[in-house]
Amino acid sequence: MDDSRPIFAQVAENIENDIISGALPEEGQAPSINEFAAFYRINPATALKGVNVLVDAGILYKKRGIGMFVAAGAQEQLKGARRDSFSSEYVRPLLAEAEKLGIDSAQLTQMIAKEANNS
Amino acid sequence: MTSTIEVTNLSKHFGKVNAVNDVSFTVAENKIYGLLGRNGAGKTTLMQLLTGQEFASSGTISLFGQAPVENAKVLQNTCFIKESQRYPEDFRPKDVFKTAPWFFANWDQEFADRLIADFRLPLDRRIKKLSRGQLSSIGVIVGLASRAPLTFFDEPYLGLDAVARQIFYDRLLEDYANHPRTVILSTHLIDEVSNLLEHVLVIDDGKLLINEDAETLRNRATNVVGMKTAVEAFTGNREVLHRDGIGGLSSVTVAGLSESERRDAHAAGLELSPVSLQQLIIQLTRTETKEFEASA
Repeated sequence: MDDSRPIFAQVAENIENDIISGALPEEGQAPSINEFAAFYRINPATALKGVNVLVDAGILYKKRGIGMFVAAGAQEQLKGARRDSFSSEYVRPLLAEAEKLGIDSAQLTQMIAKEANNS
Repeated sequence: MTSTIEVTNLSKHFGKVNAVNDVSFTVAENKIYGLLGRNGAGKTTLMQLLTGQEFASSGTISLFGQAPVENAKVLQNTCFIKESQRYPEDFRPKDVFKTAPWFFANWDQEFADRLIADFRLPLDRRIKKLSRGQLSSIGVIVGLASRAPLTFFDEPYLGLDAVARQIFYDRLLEDYANHPRTVILSTHLIDEVSNLLEHVLVIDDGKLLINEDAETLRNRATNVVGMKTAVEAFTGNREVLHRDGIGGLSSVTVAGLSESERRDAHAAGLELSPVSLQQLIIQLTRTETKEFEASA
């Protein structure tokens, strides 16, 4: 947890990352609020707020008396949302930094191609 | 929501000193509160008033709907862990844990035993032979294992090492999750506890300066760094909490920014960074800055 964004938003994002990576599989049970609170060392009310963001978005759903589960299709839904923001989150800052350093778009494309080959 | 504490226009004077000066607030049930402020700000006096150990000069206090002074019904449900608790001369830690259950209806001996092991507290040593940290751990154990519906921790960890403090935070969160209760934690180690708190009260010079949800408070201020002229053009007439500068660079802390203001700042080549709860409180309660700005 860092101070850059609200903690509940960071909790939600960490859970999203686990769903995208498959660590939390669809239809699998998610940890409880108290488990999240203990793991991230945060107030349970903050953990609840983070989890509720995902419940409202239909990523997690509650089974009464049992706990919280990852919704079917959650992984694809999250990947889609991340793809939508990929440009503003990654490409634009990259272009801004390149411009600052005098790297033109041809050079940048070349650099990307080279790194892609290496990995 | 039920409130556990209601304080109205509370003041406490010691001679000419206004230790607590016309303070009003409520504390909601089953939340963890941080009571923060500088040395001598009035935190301990406030807690002594709330637990009926001091008489108010004026104003009213209600705990669980009743006045706390000489009120056994209220005080049974309240646990106050003081920074420098005194114990009878020949007491050993085991005597403390033998007597504590007499005072606290919800006392959990198993939990206390686990904490004693966690803190590696020697039970048979005389209390006056204990180190400062071991003495503090007795208080922490009593405060946690009492499970009082209203628990005050006043700087509970003087001399506790980093490992022991982490054990305290972890056990507090864990036990609070399973047995919700109202906790008021007074501390100077704001960075260490800021994520545990749900609500923050800041007291400065006897007055209540901040009474705010912790999450809201965390997003309240932003640091703006950049070339002096650009920073000044951006801040304009807005309230500046703190100002710093070196050469042609300037760094100012301003109250909450909207998304569009953030974009404007980025467009102007300014860097934005978050302000931690600790930094925010330091800036709000640092008198030199205020005096400096007033005289400038």
